[in-house]
Amino acid sequence: MIDLLTIFVLAVFVGFEVVSKVSTILHTPLMSGANAIHGVILVGAILITGQAEGGIELVLGLLAVFLATVNVVGGFVVTDRMLEMFKGHKR
Amino acid sequence: MNWVQLAYLAAALCFILALKGLSTPRYARAGNLVGAAGMALAVVTAFFSVSHNLVLILVAVAAGTAVGIPAARQVKMTAIPQMVALFNGVGGAAAALVALTEFLEVADGGVLFDVATVLTVLIGSVSFSGSVVTFLKLQEIMTTRPVLLPAGQVISIAVAAVSGLLALAVLFTDSSALLVLLALAGLALGVLFVLPVGGADVPIAISLLNAFTGLAVAASGYVLGNTLLIVAGTLVGASGTILTRLMAQAMGRPLTNILFGAFKAAPPSAGGGEQRTVRAGTVEDVAILLGYAHSVLVVPGYGLAVAQAQHAARELAQLLESRGISVNYGIHPVAGRMPGHMNVLLAEADVPYEQLKELDDVNPGMGSVDVVLVVGANDVVNPGARDEPSSPIYGMPIFDVDKAKSVVFMKRSMRPGFAGVDNELLYNPKTTLLFGDAKESLTKLLTAVKAL
Repeated sequence: MIDLLTIFVLAVFVGFEVVSKVSTILHTPLMSGANAIHGVILVGAILITGQAEGGIELVLGLLAVFLATVNVVGGFVVTDRMLEMFKGHKR
Repeated sequence: MNWVQLAYLAAALCFILALKGLSTPRYARAGNLVGAAGMALAVVTAFFSVSHNLVLILVAVAAGTAVGIPAARQVKMTAIPQMVALFNGVGGAAAALVALTEFLEVADGGVLFDVATVLTVLIGSVSFSGSVVTFLKLQEIMTTRPVLLPAGQVISIAVAAVSGLLALAVLFTDSSALLVLLALAGLALGVLFVLPVGGADVPIAISLLNAFTGLAVAASGYVLGNTLLIVAGTLVGASGTILTRLMAQAMGRPLTNILFGAFKAAPPSAGGGEQRTVRAGTVEDVAILLGYAHSVLVVPGYGLAVAQAQHAARELAQLLESRGISVNYGIHPVAGRMPGHMNVLLAEADVPYEQLKELDDVNPGMGSVDVVLVVGANDVVNPGARDEPSSPIYGMPIFDVDKAKSVVFMKRSMRPGFAGVDNELLYNPKTTLLFGDAKESLTKLLTAVKAL
């Protein structure tokens, strides 16, 4: 358990370090990109669904997989659409 | 060698690089693609490390993709905030469901497992229902004004207390029925939390809920003993926290005031009937002002986006530039409906990002700006925020446009801004008002400047 805690604490510092350098004009893509990243819950959803023995667990797990997929796919696509528009002066 | 763990590590690195890429617009898009690749790697790895229900999982993934891609492709850039809120909400719901399901599958996981489960379910539910209410507000399906229930705070505190008790009860009884009740309490809490937040403050609620979902995902990482979920969730939690703090600073109010102190209705201007004179100009007046300036600053607000006038504004700016006039855009951090939203809207209209300036870039040189063109903005240029401690928006950093040589204020009417506060700038002798729809006025200005 202490291993997981260590990882958590280090991740907090990495997170603050990386995000505080994000350019202010990109705050909206940051939020939607971060949004896509928390869609990683899809991994968790697949893991629990893949060991469900049927019944209510299977239903809940599949629902989680569906929702997480919407989160991941939608998040990355919409972020890409936004970032595509940030072109430099030379067009 | 544990290939699964190694793949998760690679994915975590990709996520960090994705966030790092956002430090400059040049690498941002590549960074996002790296993040997506990391996600694909992680998902494929997870898929091949389980053995049951594979076909059903694929079907659910396909269904999610079929919903997510068209939604993300078709959403208008003005509607990005509500889309982000929705994606955030479903992520929170997924986290809560994952923890709930794992709780049903595992007989007794120990105290830490229970604590992490309780946290994931609670925070995930709050994030889901809060995001849904945020979506309804931004989409204007429900009122954007703060909704104050009678005894709202008492109800909120009561529900929070019940949630706390339920959480403790789950720890001691391992009862899944109580866990479901806790999820319901969380849903209620999320609604109660966002209802009193006023329209202009909703962006703060979104970024806070984003941080919440990140934390829920991190907590679910404890439930499943999965390091990737912990790292990714924590990264998102950190980014949401930072953005929330920056937004609160940009509004010049402490976070607690924004979330719990729903804007007190603006005091009616004393005296009431007193008529003050403003100077309204014609399109030709303004065209001459602009055409013979050396330096022009455009301060856009959400009104610009509502009128779909970004393209007209960019065309006017290009015309002025071709006459040798330097043109910049002053973007206030709270312009738009989420942090940085106005930048996205202008980028969509092909405005080069080098021209998008922040408060600190612009304010020191304001004295040498010949004309400030305020389009669809109001509160962010209101000198009252700087000078009048009695003003409800006092303390919010603003563009000091009253220090520029002249100001052109494009307005639909004399109605005050979102915060309902009167703007002294309108009565300033330097100010020329140009009444009308933003897009129409800009188009007319374009023709008039061409004719000079």
